[in-house]
Amino acid sequence: MTDAPSTVLISGQRERVRRGLDRRLRAERRFRIYGVVAILLAILMLLFLAGTIVSKGYPAFYQTWIEVDVLLDEDLIAPDGKTDPETLREDGDFRGALIESLVARYKPAGREQENLLVAMFSTDAERTLQNFTIANPDRIGGTISIWVKASSDIDQLTKGAIGRNAPESGRKVKDLQLRWYDRMEKDGRIETRFNSGFFATGDSREPEQAGIWGAIVGSFLTMLVTLILAFPVGLAAAVYLEEFAPKNRLTDLIEVNINNLAAVPSIVFGLLGLAVFLNFFELPRSAPLVGGMVLALMTLPTIIISGRASLLAVPPSVREAAFGLGASRMQVVSHHVLPLAMPGILTGTIIGMARALGETAPLLMIGMVAFIVDIPGGPADASTVMPVQIYLWADSPERGFVEKTSGAVIVLLVFLVVMNASAVYLRKKFERRW
Amino acid sequence: MSYGAILAVLLALTVIGFYLGRGRARALAAGSRTRLHSLPGYYGAHVAIWIALPALILFVFWISFQSAIVEGIVWNGLPDKVTVQGETGQKEALAPERKRLLIDNIANYATGDIVSGEITPLVKQGAARFLRLQALSSWIMAAAMAILAALGLLAAYRSVSPAMRARNRVERAILILLMVASTVAILTTVGIVLSLLFEAMAFFTKISPVDFLFGLEWSPQTAIREDQVGASGAFGAIPVFAGTMLITVIAMIVAVPVGLFAAIYLSEYASRRLRATVKPVLEVLAGIPTVVYGFFAALTVAPMIRDAGAVVGLTVASESALAAGLIMGIMIIPFVSSLSDDIINAVPQSLRDGSYGLGATRSETIRQVVLPAALPGIVGAVLLAVSRAIGETMIVVMAAGLSAKLTVNPFDAVTTVTVQIVTNLTGDPEFDSPKTLSAFALGLVLFLVTLCLNVIALRVVQKYREKYD
Repeated sequence: MTDAPSTVLISGQRERVRRGLDRRLRAERRFRIYGVVAILLAILMLLFLAGTIVSKGYPAFYQTWIEVDVLLDEDLIAPDGKTDPETLREDGDFRGALIESLVARYKPAGREQENLLVAMFSTDAERTLQNFTIANPDRIGGTISIWVKASSDIDQLTKGAIGRNAPESGRKVKDLQLRWYDRMEKDGRIETRFNSGFFATGDSREPEQAGIWGAIVGSFLTMLVTLILAFPVGLAAAVYLEEFAPKNRLTDLIEVNINNLAAVPSIVFGLLGLAVFLNFFELPRSAPLVGGMVLALMTLPTIIISGRASLLAVPPSVREAAFGLGASRMQVVSHHVLPLAMPGILTGTIIGMARALGETAPLLMIGMVAFIVDIPGGPADASTVMPVQIYLWADSPERGFVEKTSGAVIVLLVFLVVMNASAVYLRKKFERRW
Repeated sequence: MSYGAILAVLLALTVIGFYLGRGRARALAAGSRTRLHSLPGYYGAHVAIWIALPALILFVFWISFQSAIVEGIVWNGLPDKVTVQGETGQKEALAPERKRLLIDNIANYATGDIVSGEITPLVKQGAARFLRLQALSSWIMAAAMAILAALGLLAAYRSVSPAMRARNRVERAILILLMVASTVAILTTVGIVLSLLFEAMAFFTKISPVDFLFGLEWSPQTAIREDQVGASGAFGAIPVFAGTMLITVIAMIVAVPVGLFAAIYLSEYASRRLRATVKPVLEVLAGIPTVVYGFFAALTVAPMIRDAGAVVGLTVASESALAAGLIMGIMIIPFVSSLSDDIINAVPQSLRDGSYGLGATRSETIRQVVLPAALPGIVGAVLLAVSRAIGETMIVVMAAGLSAKLTVNPFDAVTTVTVQIVTNLTGDPEFDSPKTLSAFALGLVLFLVTLCLNVIALRVVQKYREKYD
């Protein structure tokens, strides 16, 4: 029985291994669970973020309107009897007419109550009234029924963002206004409609009149400048570095440079824009032109890197075949390699542009944070862009701007989703395995 | 003549030149193409380049220097005694900012922009001259461009001959354009370094670098009046750096474990299908604009943390470092996970197989074989993520505080380098106050630190990848 001790030894080890096995398998399960938890955490955060934004933002797309009966009092609107558009626009006291009719109907006691009553309506109401009168001058002297925008506080009340049960002192809408509101509601004079103004106007100090169209146009102009500058230059640089550049110190330097530029914080590009484009070249502040230039410099590395990757993916056999038929180097690249690499380059460009569209910090540096009501007409006009508009609204204390901010975020995200989805589609459609 | 019109005319000329050149080449070939050195199109392109390129170069130079020259002439044309902001004085003795104001007013009045202050006859007179000169200048430019284009056309057109190597010439021109494009990246870096250095030097002449880098007090508001209280303007950046580090550390505490475990699970455990769905979802986190994260942090997360703190009896600032760091960490998760994923995938399967063969479980293999092998790469990825966190702006601008406080309490409000850059530069910056210039000094520090991190990280990542290739 010479092998008995070794059998004992082996079975002893086996026992140890078996005892350890449970612990090891538990550790294995734990480890796996950590992984699942990590992924779930990230996804939950994403869902939480999306849920918050959507639930806060969708009310921005509709808005409260109130119907009022207004006596178009000649003494106020057309005191000297002239009803041409010019005079109505200049001299007509439409606010006075509105207040007169409101007072006649709701009978506030005293100046203070009258102010409360008028505060239920947006200052946009008088403009609505004015436009109606200019379009229908024959109605002057009569009483009309017209729907006008409610003030932001009333709008928030309709949407349930202002609680009715809070103590009056801390509530934006006072008891008296609540009573009037209930009366209007009973009369069917309150209605919520799609907020088309949100997609048609520029910024405003009044939440109910603020729109994102100005920022969309600004973003579009900025992206246009970025694309015009970054795409040709990025493409040319990628082609040169991948297809023509000799392997030497200079090209190595350029390569390291591009990789580093891709990781430089975006705000540093803003400092560059401020010091060089604004202070040195004296280009206009707050203009999409300068914003586009800064973002182009920022996007360039992305385009070059992705462009080089797609050029590299074109197999050498394509080049060799073209060379074999007698094409020059430039002809090989422009007739054969570039068309094959184009989908990849475009994908990279779209992704780079999507990042530029969401970029805020460098644009703050070059003054695109100004409060701008007008819709910009060209790349040299002062304007703002969507992410900056979100930043500006997020900073505004008025309650009504919370939903506007989230609404603007939704609009921005829709643009980004469309851009990224088209990049994915492009990649899927033209993806080629060599 | 507007610049758009000038460029449109030039474009039309270029197209015409192309067809002229091609036509002449075809005529010379007289039916047999083999007589020509290059295809006829190249002769056309050669002519087109000679028309467009010199004129365009002239155009760029002209508009870069035009405004300075016109302003100089207008300035010299003004009478010796000028009135600015109600004060009359000798023109030559005017302070530089007054001179700038006057010239800006003249230029703004001429272009119909808003003029600050009163419109004096002086401004009107200057503006009239300004407009005249500008019109004259653009006419001269247009004429010069036309002459250049005509000369180019003539020379190139006459040079068309069967023996001319048109293709080689055109290709050389294109190659030079490509080369110039590839140097833009270098120019950008040079521009960044120079502009930061230049303004930071101006700052360091007012505040000593030692005080800036090692001072413990940061309050950039300088006094408007001499006797103002609490506004001495202190520029010791340590509290700002400390705040940046605090938020970065919090972000890393969130991002590194979550990102790393997600990467491990996805590359080692997940099925192909799960991987294909979860990876893009994680990448969505990286695609969300930072301003959205900032809004989310300031509006939702910060109040939540404050309320939660109130429940357990902690005082949490409404702009706590925790909220900003937490959200920044979430933003960085995909950054860590996708980089680590690549690196873990690059570890050769043979190492895993060897470990399994010795009886190790999967997690033991990962912990004791795969991770040590991937460690340098993962460190590189984390360094890149740190550099990203340090440079992140919008989240901290919206969710972190403004006052610089030297603390490690994550419930306190701290400020960061990027927040200070933004607050000191937005509005209407005055370029001679240390407050404005301090932003550039901070920017320089930020640039250098992130540059070092990036260089090290990229080196590490690349070196590591090569090892197993």
